[in-house]
Amino acid sequence: MNRMLTLNIFRYNPLDPDSTPRMQTFTVQEYDSMTLFIALTQIRDEKDPTLKVDFCCRAGICGSCAMVINGRPGLACHTQTKDLPAEITLHPLPFFQLLGDLSVDTGSWFRKTGLQIEAWCHSDDKAFDPTAEEMRMDNDLANEIFELDRCIECGCCMAACGTARMRTDFLGAVSIMRVARFYLDPRDKRSEDDYYEVIGNDQGVFGCMGLLACEDVCPKGIPLQDQLGIMRRMMAMHSVKGVLPRPLIETIKKKGCCHAHAQS
Amino acid sequence: MQIHHTDVLCIGAGLAGERVAVEAAMAGLNTIMLSLVPPRRSHSSAAQGGMQAALGNAIMGDGDSPDVHFADTVKGSDWGCDQEVARIFADTAPIVMREVAHWGVPWNRVVPGKHTYYKGGKPFEAEEKAEKAGLIHARAFGGTAKWRTCYTADGTGRSVLNTLDTKCLQYGVTVHDRMQAEALIHDGETCLGCIARCLRTGELVAYLATSTLIATGGYGRIYKATTNAVICDGGGQIIALDTGLVPMGNMEAVQFHPTGTVPTDILVTEGCRGDGGTLLDVNLYRFMPDYEPDKSELASRDVVSRRMTEHMRKGLGVKSPYGDHLWLDIRHLGEKHITTKLREVYDICTNFLGVNPIHQLIPVRPTHHYSMGGVRTNRDGAAYGLKGLFSAGESACWDMHGFNRLGGNSLAETVVAGRYIGKRMVEYTKGATPSFGMQYVDDAHKKVQERITDIVTGRKGKENAFKIRDEMHDIMMECVGIFRNGKDLQKAVNKLEELYDRSQKICLSSTCKGMNPELSTALRIRGMVKLAQCTAYGALMRTESRGAHTREDFPERNDKDWLNRTLAYWKEGASMPTLEYEEASPYYELPPGDRGYGGGVTIPNELPPEKFVIPEAAKENLKKAKL
Repeated sequence: MNRMLTLNIFRYNPLDPDSTPRMQTFTVQEYDSMTLFIALTQIRDEKDPTLKVDFCCRAGICGSCAMVINGRPGLACHTQTKDLPAEITLHPLPFFQLLGDLSVDTGSWFRKTGLQIEAWCHSDDKAFDPTAEEMRMDNDLANEIFELDRCIECGCCMAACGTARMRTDFLGAVSIMRVARFYLDPRDKRSEDDYYEVIGNDQGVFGCMGLLACEDVCPKGIPLQDQLGIMRRMMAMHSVKGVLPRPLIETIKKKGCCHAHAQS
Repeated sequence: MQIHHTDVLCIGAGLAGERVAVEAAMAGLNTIMLSLVPPRRSHSSAAQGGMQAALGNAIMGDGDSPDVHFADTVKGSDWGCDQEVARIFADTAPIVMREVAHWGVPWNRVVPGKHTYYKGGKPFEAEEKAEKAGLIHARAFGGTAKWRTCYTADGTGRSVLNTLDTKCLQYGVTVHDRMQAEALIHDGETCLGCIARCLRTGELVAYLATSTLIATGGYGRIYKATTNAVICDGGGQIIALDTGLVPMGNMEAVQFHPTGTVPTDILVTEGCRGDGGTLLDVNLYRFMPDYEPDKSELASRDVVSRRMTEHMRKGLGVKSPYGDHLWLDIRHLGEKHITTKLREVYDICTNFLGVNPIHQLIPVRPTHHYSMGGVRTNRDGAAYGLKGLFSAGESACWDMHGFNRLGGNSLAETVVAGRYIGKRMVEYTKGATPSFGMQYVDDAHKKVQERITDIVTGRKGKENAFKIRDEMHDIMMECVGIFRNGKDLQKAVNKLEELYDRSQKICLSSTCKGMNPELSTALRIRGMVKLAQCTAYGALMRTESRGAHTREDFPERNDKDWLNRTLAYWKEGASMPTLEYEEASPYYELPPGDRGYGGGVTIPNELPPEKFVIPEAAKENLKKAKL
């Protein structure tokens, strides 16, 4: 038999000086294959159309609807009510600027950090020749790059990050993973020096405390932990490159990432 | 009111909008991109399958060429497309795939040697050539003679969008996300930009631009059951139609995708069938070869969706609490294939349906998916009716799809049109000397502000926006679906006329300081009803069956009377659209003929011989497009 669900939803409108943060309770009749997207849309259509919550693809692909669901960051559209108790508590993601109720501004943060880490392929775009064959690439390498390109920038990893809680300028696993994506890509001509410039500091790889909640909550199952490890080792080796013998550095610097088997 | 000035304004930040923005920014123009959501959340990100381009690297695409791609596209359109545009598309698609590869798209690549592939559920072996190693690979999609669809697993939209977005960052495209364009600013001849509503604060903002692009995607949300994202509400088409000057092309051409899942309507890619998946009925019988002996599951989408509906009408669908459906079977593709090349499908099935597609069947049925129609533009992407206004991607009727688009052709269109139209926009922008009369800004601002006051105060009436939306959904589902007839369409037209009247009297049921999400819905509904009416009325008047537009009372494709494109205008103060018609194509490089699938009878047209000649100017333009 379907349950009556109780949703306790965080409400606050920062644009209204009379608004104070509070929890509001709604009840919804559960039905088969109901997701939090369906429940929240129903509340907005039928009970309170002022509820601010972001939905777009409703298929776990766009990353709009991340929120804290019973204490854990996740995608609302991706969450079936049958997997939750009858009482559900919803908060907006921490870390990002609150726009109202369950809606936060992930977009501005991701754009800002994207610029900071220069998250694009550094190659000569003008050199593109429309009559020439494309640069060849090993299919395994293409798959490995795509694996890191699957990020939907939902912000769950930042919301779950202990380091980000303490230092607001932390770039987070997501940015380090993005740098790793370009580090893997032979089309990006940046050197280790260039990458060090971007993430070889406390805002980047050396800030991470290694709690790794980022990977636990990633709705796309992206291997954030591995990427943190690989990039941190690469950066650490780079910072002591004058001390360690060069052959040793060469042997271990790309271990565990695709360049290793692409070049072997 | 805040006013922003820019050279190029892109409304919409999906693949088409971003590709145009990159072109403009690389040419040194100031470019602002408006978006309802952060660009990477645009619905392009949900496109799974791939992009068609005749690279001919895969062994199953051996011997492919733009000529074959062009012919497939024209047949797919049921000869409803503009053949000059289809030719520009087919010939430049390979260049654009290589270009985005140059920028960072991790396309799947050819792995030389023997591989087991599937066709119609049966395995076969094929050997990929050693000399093609590492070049862009391709998979099969419906309605094509060759394997031509370039892909990155089943996250093609995601990976290409990410790459284009990185280029927007690099070249300094200014992004204003959470912005809804509410009205175009124009002087009756030239478009000068738009008035937008900020979805953070609720404030109105003016954007003044030398050229303005509408790239806001489709308008699928006029249907209740659609694979489209929540944001696909036709915002761009609405502001163009609202001018009374810019027509919509072929709004009755609506695509239903064979494999929307039940009950969520989330799409699973055509790649499932392209990679060898089959459709089964209640008796687990594979029925498509009975209807389409040659193409089976890989006939064009309009044909497969019709055949599935026919089969369910015979009582051979699977009964469920959510209505009848059929099964999609990909089990034989195996765990490795499903969890790598069809990974998104695997995630959708397990997360939303509770089905493991490695071992279980996927419940599917035809579901609204794509709008072939949209803002009518010329070959160069310039909208009819207003200078300086352009459109590209699904929001436009450019028109390479005619009455049915092939899978993999729309995702490719976004970037191919984006590149071509982007270049034309750069030319236009650099050559234009705009003058921005402030009275036009004030006019547009006043109109939007008055509508908002109407809705907030309820001074025009007390109609509820959600109720009108629901009634529009119901009538579109009931009367403007896959199979259509005069009686039902007339019923829809009458109902939508009533809804249009009521949509002018909407009143909010809530109050909220700053941005009120209910106001966003309330502002959209009137325009959505207009788009629905253009669709229903266009379908009622088109007394033939062509591509996805199927009239049970007029089953023939009638080239004699209907080898044309509907143009729907909505004149100021009118309660109904005005329809005009233009020739489907300026000339017919591929003369109207049989598609080779789908069956059906055609009433032929005696076209004069000069209609089969490609004009010199078109040849010159095509040469230029390839540079």
